[in-house]
Amino acid sequence: MTSIDYTQASVWLPLFFFVAMGFAMLSYVVLDGYDLGIGMLLNRASDHDKDMMIASIGPFWDANETWIVLGVGLLLVAFPLAHGPILTELYLPVAAMLMGLILRGVSFDFRVKVNIEQKPLWNLLFYIGSLIASVSQGIMIGRLIVGFDSGILGWGFSLLVGICLPAGYVLLGSTWLILKTEGQLQQQSFRWAKTSLWLTGFGIALVSAATPYFSSEIMHKWFAWPQILWLSPVPLATVILFLLTNRSIQSLEQGTNKREWLPFACVVAIFWLAFFGIAYSIFPYVIIGKMTLWQAAAATESLWVIFWGAIIVLPTILGYTLFSYRIFKGKASALTYY
Amino acid sequence: MLDTLILSRIQFGANISFHILFPTISIALGWFLFYFKIQHNRTGLDCWKEAYQFWIKIFALTFALGVVSGITMSFQFGTNWPGYMETVGNIAGPLLAYEVLTAFFLEATFLGVMLFGAKRVSQRVHTLATFLVAFGTSLSAFWIIALNSWMQTPQGFTMIDGRAHAVDWLAIVFNPSMPYRLSHMMLASFLTVSFFLAGISAYRYLRNSRSEANLMVMKMALTAAMVLTPIQIVLGDLHGLNTLHHQPAKLAAMEGIWNGGAGVPAVIFGVPNKQTRTNDYEISIPKLASFYLTHSWDGEVKGLNDFGDKIPPVAPVFFAFRVMVGIGVLMLLFSWLGRWQMRQNRPLPKLLAKGLVLMTFSGWVAVLAGWYVTEIGRQPYLVTGVLTTAQAATTLPTGMVFSTLFAYLALYVGLLAAYIWVVFYLARQADDKENPNFQLEKKPETSWSLFRT
Repeated sequence: MTSIDYTQASVWLPLFFFVAMGFAMLSYVVLDGYDLGIGMLLNRASDHDKDMMIASIGPFWDANETWIVLGVGLLLVAFPLAHGPILTELYLPVAAMLMGLILRGVSFDFRVKVNIEQKPLWNLLFYIGSLIASVSQGIMIGRLIVGFDSGILGWGFSLLVGICLPAGYVLLGSTWLILKTEGQLQQQSFRWAKTSLWLTGFGIALVSAATPYFSSEIMHKWFAWPQILWLSPVPLATVILFLLTNRSIQSLEQGTNKREWLPFACVVAIFWLAFFGIAYSIFPYVIIGKMTLWQAAAATESLWVIFWGAIIVLPTILGYTLFSYRIFKGKASALTYY
Repeated sequence: MLDTLILSRIQFGANISFHILFPTISIALGWFLFYFKIQHNRTGLDCWKEAYQFWIKIFALTFALGVVSGITMSFQFGTNWPGYMETVGNIAGPLLAYEVLTAFFLEATFLGVMLFGAKRVSQRVHTLATFLVAFGTSLSAFWIIALNSWMQTPQGFTMIDGRAHAVDWLAIVFNPSMPYRLSHMMLASFLTVSFFLAGISAYRYLRNSRSEANLMVMKMALTAAMVLTPIQIVLGDLHGLNTLHHQPAKLAAMEGIWNGGAGVPAVIFGVPNKQTRTNDYEISIPKLASFYLTHSWDGEVKGLNDFGDKIPPVAPVFFAFRVMVGIGVLMLLFSWLGRWQMRQNRPLPKLLAKGLVLMTFSGWVAVLAGWYVTEIGRQPYLVTGVLTTAQAATTLPTGMVFSTLFAYLALYVGLLAAYIWVVFYLARQADDKENPNFQLEKKPETSWSLFRT
C-alpha cells in the first residue's frame, strides 16, 4: 500500500472512476431518494395532495433515475471484473429493485392518463414500487458493507440497512415537499419530516455502530490513531446537522423562519457524510476483503477513452441539470403538458 | 432440461423484447413531435398544436416504459451474463458509457422541459427541448446498435489473456454491419410509428372524430409509410447481402438452406428439421436464392451443413424472417392503398380504416421478428467467433433465475396490456372531450371493445 505511484495512469485512472462512480451513486441516492421518499408517503396523503406531491417530482424523476444507470454503468465499464461478481451476489435484491423501479416509473405516467376509477390502483402501485425499490437498495448497501457475508448476522445487518434507508428517503422526500409545496400539504410535510428525522438518526447510529462490529478491517480504519482524529468531524458534523434540521423545521412550522430550503439542504449534507463514511470504509476495495478497485479495473486504454468523454460531458450534464431545476424552481404547480 | 443457461436466455430475451418495443416508438415519435412543433411554429395552425398535444401524452408514457425497462438491461449484463463484461468489457464498456453520458442524460433532462415546461420557457427553448429529446433517443440508438453490430461483426481489437483489448475505435464503432443495422433499425422505428400514428388516427376516425388534426396526422403517417416502406425493403436486402458476407451461417438459417453449392433454391415454405438436416414439406423455387443473393443463377451459397455444429437454431430464425418480410409486404400494401384513397382529401373507406387499426402495432411484430432473426441467428455465439453465449452465462442456481423470470414475465404482460389499453383510452378521451354529444351515447367500454367501433 505504501508504494503506490499515483502519477501512473494505471493507478489514478481507476481511482478517478471510483470517485466518479461514487459521485453518480450519491447523486442517485439523493435525487431519486427524494422522489422514492415521496412515493412512500403517497398513501398517507389525500387525493388532492397526491397529485401535488407527484407534480413536485414530475419534471425531474426521469433524469434522477438516469444516475443509477450511470453508477452501475461505471461499475460495468470501469470495473468489469467486479461487476459480474457483485451483481451475481446481489441477484435477488437487484431483481426486486428493478421490478420496484419499473412499477413506480410506469405508475407515475399511467395514473394521470387513466380514468378516475383506475387511479387508486396506480397510486397504490406507485407506493408499492417505491417501497420495494428503497428496501432492496438498503439491503444491497448492507450486503456490500458486510462483503456478502452469508451468515445470519450478515443478513440481519443487511435487513437492518434495508429498513433504515427508506426512512432516510422519506426524510429527503418530506423536506423536498417542504421546499416545493405550501399550505396544508406543507404542514403535513413538517410532521412527516420530524418523524422520519428521528428514524433516520436512529438508523445511521445503528448502522455506524454495527458496521465496525461486522468488519474488523473497517474498525481498524476508523478507530486507529491518527485516523480517528481527522475522522472525528464526520460524526460530529452529522449530529450538528441533525439538530440544525430539527430546529429549522420547527422554526418554519412556527413561522419564525422563511428558509424553506434549509431542511432539505441539511438532509442532503447528512447523506453526503453518511456516504463518505461508507465510501471510506470500503476504499480501496470494490468487494471488501476480496477485490481492490485496481484489481477490478478495465484496461487503461479503455479507461482513457471514457475519461476524455467524462471530463467533457459530466460538466455539461451538470449544466443542463441545473438549467432544468431553474426552469422549474419555486412551488410546484399542477402538471400540464401544455 | 431448463437449466440456468436456457432460463437466462429466456429472461434476457423477454427483457430485451419488452424493452425494445418502447425505444422503437420513442425514437421516431420524438422526431414526429419535433416536426409537429416546427410546423406549428411556422404555420401557426392549431391542428399541428393539437397533434403535438395529443401525441406527447403517448410519447411520455412510451418514454417512461422505455426508461424503466432499460434500467433492467444495464443490470442484467452483470446478473445474468457475468462472462460478457469479463471478456469484452474493454470494448462494450466505453460504448455503453458513451451512451449514458451523451444520450441518456440529455433525453431524460430535456424530457422534463418538453413535457411540463411549455409555459415556463420560450417557444424557442421548448422547440429546442423537443429537438434534444429526439436527438438524444437517436444518439442512444447509435451507440447501442454500434455495440450490437460489433458483437455481430467484431473487428478493431486484439485478444490478450482471453480478454478483448481495443486497437482501433473507429473500426470498432463503424464495423462492417453497423451502417446497415443502424439504418435498418432507424427506418423500422419510423415505419412502426407511421403505422402506430395511422392506426390510432384510423381508430379515432372510425369513432367519428371530427378533428382536423387527426386526419392530418393519418395522411402524413401514410405518406411517410408509403415513401419509407420501399426504401426499407431495399435496405433490408442490402443488409441481407452484408449478412451473407459476414455471417453466412445466419443467412443460411434465414433462407432455410441446408445444402449449399451453386444454384441453390429459394425456400418459399418448409419446416426446418434439426434431425434430418433438411426442410420438411419444402416448397422452393430452383436457383432463385442464388440469383437474389449473388445476382447469378449459379452463384455459390453456403448451406447450414457447411458449418458443422456451429449453427443457430434454424426454425426460429427461418420463421421469424418470414414474419418480418410478410409484415413488410402488408405495410407496403396498406400504405400505398391508404394514401391513394386519401388523395385530394377524399374520405377513407371504412374497411381500409379498420385494416389500419389492425396494423397499429404491426411495426412491433416486425421489429421483434427482425430482432430474433439477428440475435438468434448469431448463436451459438454472443460475440461472433470470440465468445459463446454459454461461456458468458451466470452460474446462479436455476431456481433463482426461474423465480425472477416468472416475476418479470407477469409484470411485462400486465404492463403491455395496460399500455395498449391506455393508448386506445387516450384516443377515445381526446374525441369525447371535443364532441360531448358523442359521450352521452357512449356505453361503458372495456378493453375487449378495443377494436369495435
